[in-house]
Amino acid sequence: MAEPLDAASIAVGDVLPELVRGPIDRKTLALFAGASHDHVPLHIDTDFAKAAGMDDVFAHGMLGMAYLAQVLTRWAPQRQLRSWNVRFTAITPLHATLHCRGEVAELFEEDGERRARLKIGAWTDNNVQTLDGEAIVAISKDRK
Amino acid sequence: MIDRDAHVGVVSEPRTVRVEEGFLKFFAKATGETDPVYLDEDAARAAGHPSIPMPPTYLFSLQLSAPAKRGDIFDKTGGIGVGMDRVLHGEQGFTYHRPIYAGDRITITTTTSDIYAKKGGALEFVVQETRFENDRGELCAETRQVTVVRNG
Repeated sequence: MAEPLDAASIAVGDVLPELVRGPIDRKTLALFAGASHDHVPLHIDTDFAKAAGMDDVFAHGMLGMAYLAQVLTRWAPQRQLRSWNVRFTAITPLHATLHCRGEVAELFEEDGERRARLKIGAWTDNNVQTLDGEAIVAISKDRK
Repeated sequence: MIDRDAHVGVVSEPRTVRVEEGFLKFFAKATGETDPVYLDEDAARAAGHPSIPMPPTYLFSLQLSAPAKRGDIFDKTGGIGVGMDRVLHGEQGFTYHRPIYAGDRITITTTTSDIYAKKGGALEFVVQETRFENDRGELCAETRQVTVVRNG
């Protein structure tokens, strides 16, 4: 579990430790489908995916987002995560390895606490960006 | 094309589910999580949690674990009825107000807030917003999901 952050030591431009997950194989997708309750067959049934016009099954967007969440919770305790959002900018293909990254883009005050705005994203090993977003993390103190 | 007038503004029935510890552990393993707080109840307690915390994106799974009878994107009877072969996840957002832990009972309500088309209708975007409340009626979290429907 991440230690509480020291606001004084955080600066715009700080880079969060990268998290690398993969290669994503069929077993990864089968287990994630079961664990996440996402049974959309595009991710687990090759016949279905091909009939839908895809080359093969591909990763759930939420698998990449779950990996990206780990970048955030390794940097700050989860209870300090206020909000975040991503756009899924490309499919994460089978056998891809994902590189999940974050960087401090802005420091500001809101709702009586110091917060950081992070630019976050995930890229395949071919440097295709699959997730693009931002997160707001409290860096001064716990709210309540 | 999706009938916008029939679906925008539809609010699901509230669905109440229990956050299952076994599923949180399964989710942690399936996502390569190594932080013991998400895998082991004793480690969670040692870190000051009442039980294993629900990880940030599991809200999406909690919602999928209890599909709504009214307004579900895939449901052909009471919902929007989009085929599973035509969907892509476009955007996902989370806002947190109170932590959720294994064992909590959470009531989920989803509103279809917008539907719009791009590329002359080749792509449609369904925006759904979901609220998660605990047994005391306190708002714990909100999510916003954009599903892309391929009509091409």
